[in-house]
Amino acid sequence: MKDTALSKIHESLGAKMVPFAGYNMPVQYEGVKAEHEVVRTGVGVFDVSHMGEFMLKGERALDLIQLVSSNDASKMVDNQAQYSCMPNNDGGIVDDLIIYKKNDNEYFLVVNASNIEKDWNWISSHNDMGVEMTNLSEEYSLLAVQGPKAAEAMQSLTHLDLANIKYYTFDEGTFAGIDNVIVSATGYTGSGGFELYIKNEDAEKVWNAIFEAGADWGIKPIGLAARDTLRLEMGYCLYGNDINDSTSPLEAGLGWVTKFTKKFINSEALAAQKEAGITRKLVGFELVERGIPRHDYPIVDADGNEIGIVTSGTMSPSTGKAIGLGYVPKDLSSPGSEIFIQVRNKNIKAVVVKPPFYKA
Amino acid sequence: MNVPADLKYTKDHEWIKVEGDVATIGITDFAQSELGDIVYVEIETEGETLDAEEVFGSIEAVKTVSDLFMPIAGEVTQINEEIESNPEVINSDAYNAGWLIKVKISDASQIEGLMSAEAYQELIG
Repeated sequence: MKDTALSKIHESLGAKMVPFAGYNMPVQYEGVKAEHEVVRTGVGVFDVSHMGEFMLKGERALDLIQLVSSNDASKMVDNQAQYSCMPNNDGGIVDDLIIYKKNDNEYFLVVNASNIEKDWNWISSHNDMGVEMTNLSEEYSLLAVQGPKAAEAMQSLTHLDLANIKYYTFDEGTFAGIDNVIVSATGYTGSGGFELYIKNEDAEKVWNAIFEAGADWGIKPIGLAARDTLRLEMGYCLYGNDINDSTSPLEAGLGWVTKFTKKFINSEALAAQKEAGITRKLVGFELVERGIPRHDYPIVDADGNEIGIVTSGTMSPSTGKAIGLGYVPKDLSSPGSEIFIQVRNKNIKAVVVKPPFYKA
Repeated sequence: MNVPADLKYTKDHEWIKVEGDVATIGITDFAQSELGDIVYVEIETEGETLDAEEVFGSIEAVKTVSDLFMPIAGEVTQINEEIESNPEVINSDAYNAGWLIKVKISDASQIEGLMSAEAYQELIG
């Protein structure tokens, strides 16, 4: 199991550490509910250095990205970021990712930790365009400073105007005395904030500076457990739970990043699926009766017939409601539809709702 | 971790307090700490007589769900009502206000098979 540059610090802070995608990661510090609340109302910091980073350089970098990704990267301007997914040839998804455009010849891709090798091999196998690819995953640390107070709490560390970095854009500059830090107005929480890409050797210095600067705002370290409840409240997909090699981006509600304005891997089959109409759909739901949905619990109809599967579920710390995502047949996918979640052989009534489950 | 000396324990991380033929049962401080924030407890076995090791309910933390096992055989006579509306009391006070059920003990000899505080402390390290 690999350590991030900060694993020792997490241990010294009393974090509960777990193996995640091959890394020794902090799952919680003081407790998931308290950490969740810190991000929703203040500012918190996640070490998500397990995430993978690839640099793609060259005149045809955009061509390669357009081929492997479903969103239209040609629409991006410099310093813009774009959420996208990489379809496979069989109707499913290789991974979801964020593409950063540095300039016409330079793109930075951020992928899920569990898929780094798969993604690298997949993109490489389609690179007959002479694009120079570098896997920076082992060299870069990623800190996500998230929450409504992130900009004001971090402003003293940088000359960049944090409050004016627009959502899904980024800037590069000196942060905590370190040059060339990518400061991206992205995140996986729905509460605003930044993601900072820094070299491993600078990670500890930046981490410490963040906690010094943020002390007056009550900044706290946040574990992966709260990262999951925060993203689920927003209805964001998690690869391996809600999307995988066999789920269609259209079924998963990722039609908004699946653009048929261009050709990409499996685009013809996906266009045909769009034309024919999908038969199942990933939806959000809330339990009406008591219980908590969990990954892989069956979804059943009023007669108890299995009609789908829960892909993510939790008790929402912000709302106190039991919430989840799952696949259901198209005709039960509209908000208000009544479905049942099978929890330990009992069918618990639930209602389909349109995420986000929590609105700031 | 807090392991009161006057209680009995199981390898499933439950504590048992015996008073006459009534046992009060809860989960240990170690168990609540491992589970994290507890958000829901489901116990629907009141009035039922269960064997040792049988599941009497389940406990849900934000991230995980865990079965609850009978440490000894007996009839579930009472459920702690407090934990229905306020399950986090199990995190804050596992050995007192966070108790789960009371059981009328079927076979007192089973108590001898439970772990002492010392043995349990050794188990959790």
